[in-house]
Amino acid sequence: MSRIGWIRLAVLVALVALLEFLVRIGSIPYKTMLPPSEMTTALVRLLVAGTATRDIVQTLTCVAAALAASVVAGFGLGVAIHRFPRLRRALEPFFATYYAVPFFIFYPVLIAIFDLSLLPIILMGFAFAVIAMCIATINGLDRVPRVLGKVARMHRMDELETALRMKLPAAAPHLFTGLKLCVAYSFIGVIASEFILAPSGLGHAIAYAYNDFDNRTMYALMLFVMVVVITLNMLLHGWEQRLLKRWHGR
Amino acid sequence: MPELHAQLRGVTRVYPAVAGYRPVHALGPVDLDLRHGEFFSVVGPSGCGKSTLLEVLAGLQPPSEGTVTFEGKRVHGQVPDGVGVVFQEDASFPWLTVWDNAAFGLRRSGVDKAEIDRRVGDALAFMGLKDFQQAYPAQLSGGMRQRVCIARTLVLQPRLILLDEPFGALDAQTRLLMGDEVLRLWRRTGATILLITHALDEAAMLSDRVGVMSARPGRFLDLVETNWPKERDSTIVSESRFGEVTGRLWHHLRGESLKALGQSGVPVAERSGRAEA
Repeated sequence: MSRIGWIRLAVLVALVALLEFLVRIGSIPYKTMLPPSEMTTALVRLLVAGTATRDIVQTLTCVAAALAASVVAGFGLGVAIHRFPRLRRALEPFFATYYAVPFFIFYPVLIAIFDLSLLPIILMGFAFAVIAMCIATINGLDRVPRVLGKVARMHRMDELETALRMKLPAAAPHLFTGLKLCVAYSFIGVIASEFILAPSGLGHAIAYAYNDFDNRTMYALMLFVMVVVITLNMLLHGWEQRLLKRWHGR
Repeated sequence: MPELHAQLRGVTRVYPAVAGYRPVHALGPVDLDLRHGEFFSVVGPSGCGKSTLLEVLAGLQPPSEGTVTFEGKRVHGQVPDGVGVVFQEDASFPWLTVWDNAAFGLRRSGVDKAEIDRRVGDALAFMGLKDFQQAYPAQLSGGMRQRVCIARTLVLQPRLILLDEPFGALDAQTRLLMGDEVLRLWRRTGATILLITHALDEAAMLSDRVGVMSARPGRFLDLVETNWPKERDSTIVSESRFGEVTGRLWHHLRGESLKALGQSGVPVAERSGRAEA
């Protein structure tokens, strides 16, 4: 690990130790927060006992579906919109205001249409993430050197092959921003939807534990969500850094 | 008379009006006969349509009027088989190694692996990149990246190679040495080469013939035969004949370059220093 990495790890360990200390000495009431060591123990017990497995599997499945759909649709939409500058100019105000819309007000409507199934949850995650990917794709394509388009034509590539073999890899560093946002937004969309009105899933389990004053389960599940999201983002970040190093030679 | 390889007849290129700007008549009418296996360079003032000429010949742009033929067939809408283009900008793929960059076109064409290995290995050795085949373009200098692009074109064994100011971003010494490499490549492949350049010394050193273009809309003012032997290199710059050739090129170009400066909106007299006299 690099020196910066060690410093980063030391800061994290220090913060966790401080939290543990503050809870242990009573500066933070025990009823409000568990010490991190107990959160970890509770999470391990929960995972070993398997009581949260169904909720975990459901949530991760919904997130994976929302993520995959938003990445594919966002990229496709971005390529299509980039292809037509007038359409792009017409849609730009919608993109600018998209994240000002409180999506969760539509959740009851989705339930009315699709019932209490997984589909409304996946759709919420998808709706939350897709435009981030679309905007990142458009920005990435803006930065693809024009000469690569000429190279594609020299190799007599059609539009699809040009998009997949030339534009996609050329825009990849920029697409990573979209991908990382998609991961975060998919988790937010799915877990928040489960939190509001779902019969199962991690969001539902956290809300249920909260209503039941079951801090141990609540914090254990929250810790699980944080570990998964941070691990995924760190993996993507590492991948992105390797790519950038290759791209820029540093 | 050597066999005709590519031909332009009455070719013009007018860029249509966009967003409040008037149409731009960039090129022509231009007539050009490229002989089989010759090294032909085009020089002209900035913005005279040199790159447009190359792109029309390559099939990357349609002519507004006139016809383009390559090996007797009309060039229409796409780059013909047998034509390779090396662009002025760095067109290497930063996500691929030098080897994969060079192999890109062959893999797409479904050429078998043994043949790819042979052609790519050969092209990289020829371009002096054998020790860098696993490097990424970002790890190379500008000149080496341009050699990667040449190798990527070379492996496709083009019969007509179009070079659009490929050494424009390089320093003068490196350009001379790269010129030697292009001459070696030309002799070895036997391909016809059309080079677009703004460097008179480069055109004079490399070419069998040099076409001098006018300010926009670009037309050929003169075709200068250099009469160099086929076995030549950058040492010819010290010959007296070299000075004659560049002098003749500059004789035409000086006035056209001043006109081009006038087209750019800067008063010609001011740019040429006469306003201060």
